[in-house]
Amino acid sequence: MSLRSPLARARGLGAAHNGTHHWWVQRLTSIALAPLMLWLAYSFVSLATADYATVSAWLHSPINATLMLALIVTMFHHMQLGLQVVIEDYIHGAARKFVTLIAMKFVVALLGIGAAFSVLKVAFG
Amino acid sequence: MLLSITHRITGVGLAVGGVLIVWWLMALAVGPAYFAVVQKLLAHWVGRLLLLGWTWSMFYHLLNGIRHLCWDAGWGFDIPTARNSGLLVLVGSIVLTVGFWMAIYAVRGV
Repeated sequence: MSLRSPLARARGLGAAHNGTHHWWVQRLTSIALAPLMLWLAYSFVSLATADYATVSAWLHSPINATLMLALIVTMFHHMQLGLQVVIEDYIHGAARKFVTLIAMKFVVALLGIGAAFSVLKVAFG
Repeated sequence: MLLSITHRITGVGLAVGGVLIVWWLMALAVGPAYFAVVQKLLAHWVGRLLLLGWTWSMFYHLLNGIRHLCWDAGWGFDIPTARNSGLLVLVGSIVLTVGFWMAIYAVRGV
């Protein structure tokens, strides 16, 4: 007989004490990314011959800047969730695993912040 | 089986390729001279090959991601359907990649 209360069992947060949150956010971001990536592909086609001035003007538009920021936030969030699972599966040993996980999260965060800052600079510039 | 690990491989590949997008955006923020350098590097055959790999990875991961979402919703998890949808993902990703680059070259000329 378990001494855990029915509530504790029903919560079922599992070994990571995080429940299905990781899994759910990975799905949520993927749903957002599908149309955003198609928009990016379409934008790259429309910008295929564009020079600096044209691309700047394109990103200066509030709609494009908003969609680009939405894409960056969702993409880098989805990226760190996915890479986390890959690291958890293939990097063994607690120390190595945690060091790799932390380093990956920092690098992905820096990339995302750098991308977002660049978009804002061009959009406000 | 092979498609499943490919989802991971393309995911990691897209993360590495994500650096290209950040680089491109940062170059845009830095200014016209540096942006021209990055555009030129990306137009080099090595750059184009990387972009080709990135676009196929993106379309594959996108389509296979939709397949995963269908499975999560409880649809298409039986073996014959999963096999067919897997083939559809593979063919679809190639068709979309070829279509994307044909559109790029139609706009660019070269």
